[in-house]
Amino acid sequence: MSAPQGSTNTNTEPWGSFDDNIIQGSGSAVIDMENMDDTSGSSFEDMGEMHQRMKEEEEVTEEAAATEEDNGEYGDFLGMKGLKGQLGRQVADEVWQAGKRQASKAFNLYANIDILRPYFDVEPNQVRHRLVESLIPVRMINFPQKVAGELYGPMMLVFTMVAILLHGMKTSGTVIREGTLMGTAIGTCFGYWLGVSSFIYFLAYLCNAQITMLQMLSLLGYGLFGHCVVLFITYNVHFHSLFYILWLVIGGLSTLRMVAVLISRTVGQTPRLILCGTLAALHMLFLLYLHFAYHKMVEGILDTLEGPNIPPIQRVARDVPVVANVVVNATIKSIAAIVQSQ
Amino acid sequence: MAEVEESNKPLFAGLSDISISEDIPVEGDISVPVGSQNTDNDFSTLDEPVKDTILRDLRAVGQKFVHVMYPKKSSALLRDWDLWGPLLLCVTLALMLQGGSADSEEDGRPQFAEVFVIIWFGSVIITLNSKLLGGTISFFQSLCVLGYCILPLTVAMIVCRIVLLGGASVVSFAVRLIVVTASFSWSTFASTAFLADSQPANRKALVVYPVFLFYFVIGWMILTFSPSQ
Repeated sequence: MSAPQGSTNTNTEPWGSFDDNIIQGSGSAVIDMENMDDTSGSSFEDMGEMHQRMKEEEEVTEEAAATEEDNGEYGDFLGMKGLKGQLGRQVADEVWQAGKRQASKAFNLYANIDILRPYFDVEPNQVRHRLVESLIPVRMINFPQKVAGELYGPMMLVFTMVAILLHGMKTSGTVIREGTLMGTAIGTCFGYWLGVSSFIYFLAYLCNAQITMLQMLSLLGYGLFGHCVVLFITYNVHFHSLFYILWLVIGGLSTLRMVAVLISRTVGQTPRLILCGTLAALHMLFLLYLHFAYHKMVEGILDTLEGPNIPPIQRVARDVPVVANVVVNATIKSIAAIVQSQ
Repeated sequence: MAEVEESNKPLFAGLSDISISEDIPVEGDISVPVGSQNTDNDFSTLDEPVKDTILRDLRAVGQKFVHVMYPKKSSALLRDWDLWGPLLLCVTLALMLQGGSADSEEDGRPQFAEVFVIIWFGSVIITLNSKLLGGTISFFQSLCVLGYCILPLTVAMIVCRIVLLGGASVVSFAVRLIVVTASFSWSTFASTAFLADSQPANRKALVVYPVFLFYFVIGWMILTFSPSQ
């Protein structure tokens, strides 16, 4: 490379200006790119090549620095003695490394997006069809049912559920002390989708069921369609009996579909029971939790007085620990008495 | 004599006999002087007064506002994208939607950071979604379009604030509902006019739905905003 040791010294700055590395390359027809502005236009092959050149130059400068140190440190800070433009080289090296790091980060980001691209390859009528299909349990459980492996529908359903939850939390006047409404809604929905999918996938692995993680994510995501419908209706129309009917019917249908698909992919009675029992319990209980956790306070009180066997889950500030049922019911009754006496 | 010579030698006859022997080295010295002082005179904006810079940027932002309010199919928003307008709109909206102190009763109101994060992360997710579905628009262009199309919702927020000055009643709620619904559909329509062209024809609905959801959430935040007394 160009490590000139005797050519003309055109230093105009004490640290060795950038012109050195270009003019002094006698006999070389290569423009030294390291001292120009590092634009991101170069291709990755060129960058690899230049990185190689930089490494070699680094080695040269390191050798020179080693010999320089051996020579003593008289006023050597700016590299005036010994190799000329040493600091200049180092600065240029830093710039180059920073640029290269940025470029490789950008490359990784791009690569990551492309990994997900095949999972988003859907048409609108396919999405519509799968949405409707998620409420229709399959009949044939003797051979494995096909599960679509796409992520667009599930993601849109999770975001829709976040929006619906936000609406429910707002209208019920939920107070979140240590957090935000949006954060709680997003955390709940995504946490359920990703967490329960992973858990059921793990159980499926234990029970030897033939389902991949992507398929499980997709299945559970589409199962949230029933939840969205029920929550959308019952956050606006507040009748407990309506909620229970919808919970059983729509929640039940979507659970049955997921369960049937899993049964068709598992062998043996006990594994089927474990897997499907867990999934059914989690799915139905989640809908129950979502409804009652963000329910309007007034309706809750009145319904408590009507139906003594249904203690509503109290919506309190999140930092208060769960109290006993008795205390809760006593509080509700006293508040209801005050409300009724006004 | 000359004619005989000319007839004997056709044009360019001797050229094919020319060959460069490999013993002659071809060398030279290509040096490109890095003249960094004389390239910036035409493009440098460092020397102009600050007022000019700000006015130029404001004019560009204002022009894009006009494009949003009357969404024709022009490519001005996409060609010279910038993120100043979205930042301005986002900050204005977040400031107006901000609630009171954390201990107040009306704690369900969104905080400044919440609105900010919703808008920017929502835009990023929509952009990623449209790129994954095979869109040809670039990342920042999409952010720019989505940010600028929040303008009708900001206008609706101002109108709601004014309406709420007259007290919160059913009439005011109806007025606010109409205003917010109109501006939210305007936003969705405007951003669709810019974004949907970059998608394959049969997937427009898949891209429009998240945009609809995004502006719906923002519009709903505006509608349910009630100032503290």
